[in-house]
Amino acid sequence: MANILAVDDSASMRQMVAFTLKGAGHRVIEASDGLEALDFAKSQGVNLVITDVNMPNMDGISLIRELRCLSAYRFTPLLMLTTESSPDKKRRGKAAGATGWIVKPFNPQQLLNTVTKVLG
Amino acid sequence: MAIDLSQFHQVFFEESFEGVGVMESGLLDMDPGAVDAEQINTIFRAAHSIKGGSGTFGFNDIAAFTHVLESLLDQMREGRRQPTSEVRTVLLRSVDVLRDMLKAASGGSSPDDESVKHLQQELEEILSNRERAAETEKSDTGPADPDTHELIGWHLVFCPLPNIMRTGNDPLRILRELASLGELDVRGDISQLPRFEHFNPEECHLSWDLRLHASVEQSRISEIFDWVEDECDLVILPIHAGDPAPLETTGQSLVPVAALPELSSVKAADPPVDRRAGNERRRTDRRTGERRTQGVVGSGSIRVDTRKIDNLMNMVGELIITQSMLSLLGENFKIEQVERLKDGLDEMARHTRELQESVMQIRMLPISFAFNRFPRLVHDLGAQLGKQVELKMTGESTELDKSVIEKIGDPLVHLVRNSLDHGIETPADRLEAGKPEVGRIELRACHKSGTIVIEVRDDGRGLDPELILGKAVEKGLVDAEAKLSHQQVYELVFQAGFSTAENVNDVSGRGVGMDVVRRNINELGGSIEIESVPGRGSAFIIRLPLTLAILDAQTVYVGEEVYIIPLLSIIESVQVKPDMINLVAGRAETYKLRNEYLPVIRLYEVFGVEGYKARALTEGILVIVEGEGRRCGILVDELIGQQQVVIKSLEANYERVEGVSGATILGNGLVALILDIPGVMRLANTSLEPRTLQWSA
Repeated sequence: MANILAVDDSASMRQMVAFTLKGAGHRVIEASDGLEALDFAKSQGVNLVITDVNMPNMDGISLIRELRCLSAYRFTPLLMLTTESSPDKKRRGKAAGATGWIVKPFNPQQLLNTVTKVLG
Repeated sequence: MAIDLSQFHQVFFEESFEGVGVMESGLLDMDPGAVDAEQINTIFRAAHSIKGGSGTFGFNDIAAFTHVLESLLDQMREGRRQPTSEVRTVLLRSVDVLRDMLKAASGGSSPDDESVKHLQQELEEILSNRERAAETEKSDTGPADPDTHELIGWHLVFCPLPNIMRTGNDPLRILRELASLGELDVRGDISQLPRFEHFNPEECHLSWDLRLHASVEQSRISEIFDWVEDECDLVILPIHAGDPAPLETTGQSLVPVAALPELSSVKAADPPVDRRAGNERRRTDRRTGERRTQGVVGSGSIRVDTRKIDNLMNMVGELIITQSMLSLLGENFKIEQVERLKDGLDEMARHTRELQESVMQIRMLPISFAFNRFPRLVHDLGAQLGKQVELKMTGESTELDKSVIEKIGDPLVHLVRNSLDHGIETPADRLEAGKPEVGRIELRACHKSGTIVIEVRDDGRGLDPELILGKAVEKGLVDAEAKLSHQQVYELVFQAGFSTAENVNDVSGRGVGMDVVRRNINELGGSIEIESVPGRGSAFIIRLPLTLAILDAQTVYVGEEVYIIPLLSIIESVQVKPDMINLVAGRAETYKLRNEYLPVIRLYEVFGVEGYKARALTEGILVIVEGEGRRCGILVDELIGQQQVVIKSLEANYERVEGVSGATILGNGLVALILDIPGVMRLANTSLEPRTLQWSA
């Protein structure tokens, strides 16, 4: 059981991620863009962040960069949800401090496997 | 864990349709000359979300199509491609195709594969013009050349860089994952560990020499290192049967790591991850397949502002308080308390009304949902017809019942098409007539005393009464000698079988005429009328009830029966003055009201009601009503009152009855029929054959 922050501007993706993770017994906080997510992350402890990359207000890569600057999130797994398999996007994510990525499309089982993997 | 993904489909479709709308309006607003980066970004994000969602929820054809679309947008976003108007046109068409695909997927039918394929190719062609470079990048990851020896495992040397943990990665996790593929021999190298005084716990100075005894594909292994490939040095070598055993001599600095003994004996997890995931996907596919065959079209969910729901909760709270107050009062009621009882009931009535309004609010959507398609339509159609048109929309935020919005779309499209096709002149004609070159079509929506008024106005040539009359005479719709006012002539265009389109083209005159428009609007309980000034322009004015579920109505007695007349169609009610009654041709009764002769319909005759009182016109009340542009007086015994009634469908509960649009349940539990005024007029016209009514038109 972990506190997971799911960030996506698409409600259906967010619901799907939240539903899947809740089903596995996790607590899920949902945010619809980077700014909102950052506020949540600052106000409550989160064990894992799963974020979309393309979002209004603050994109996922900026969110990751901001989070890594917070002492509470130096080693927290931060995963990007991305449809872009381009090495460039991933490199930018890594440079910002992302732990890894989940490539869309994914199904609930793949998501759970990855989450279980990073939560150890 | 089996999760039924179809539960998210509704939300996915809703937001995807929204996304398509965002893309469309973004593209239309885009000025090919000066492109705003944020504008393209917004379009890109919408496409991106649709692609992500469709892939995840199993709509692979949509995902594939959006992928190509997205790649093109991505190039534009990064400034590698100029958004020429040619590209924009292709993108707009793609938006259409995408919408069709989404519609097909949500309705369970298959989209028009041909046009999808065609457009996808077109997009790919545009892409390939400048994407040669990307090709070469891809061809470096060929699998290792097939070996004659059987693959029995992998030898890995994994040397993380010191900062690997800075991204939240953990070498232990990677070892654990490798161990899940098969038996893993782990040897840790501690030779690089710094002296204790220099030791930084946030850095990693260990490295590993690993032997995985499993004949898995290389991709499975590189996948595990995918996230950290830039943060470690990694060597992956295949081990084949018959290879020399590993040389222990290299192991001077390699000591077995005691902390990880359990790892070396972990067997591969029973069904490999990939296969399980595959099954999962197939299963959901089959399930969504079943859903599709049921053919669920627009099952009708609605997205509601949470504030509206909160408001509703408040109302319910108030209602419960009042209710408990009343039941307390009722437990031990004394006659002196009758005042308090009345107060309580008043309050209850108020809360019920507020609750009703709040519930109706939930069904309300801004009319922009119906208006949104018009910028595109006018843009495309104007180009097609060679006319320059400016579209102005006002009152887009006017809220309207969801079901009305869904049904008003088609009639509006027809009217706007008409205005563009018949109303607005060509630029040359306009200049000649002394008007600005660019024509103007206006869509307006507003609330007016409990109804919604939607206007489609243009500054074109207006309706030509001569032309319409000629046409109507030619089609036998009206007598050649008839003397009609302009307004009456305009009404003729709503007659079935009337179309002035000189040649049937793609734009209008495809068999759907103004009669259908009027019928659709009447079905919504609304009305439509025309204003026109020849040479200056015309306006079609639609009036609609706020909602389909509740009706403002006048209740009337005819004999013992109660009938309901929609307030919207009532002009006034009058007491009959004997000297105003006329008989036309000695039979048909007309009533003269302010210089207008109105046919009289005796409702008891139309519906065969017994026990009516008003045998003579003067004994009853004449309710003057209007429907389909015609007026008449309906004779009833008595007016009861005005109230809101809840509409129950007769078709759903009984069967369609001519002249009746529905029914409602009165306070005393009886059922009352709601009159369909145009229907009643038709009925009176046919059933009362011997006394054929002469319409004033």
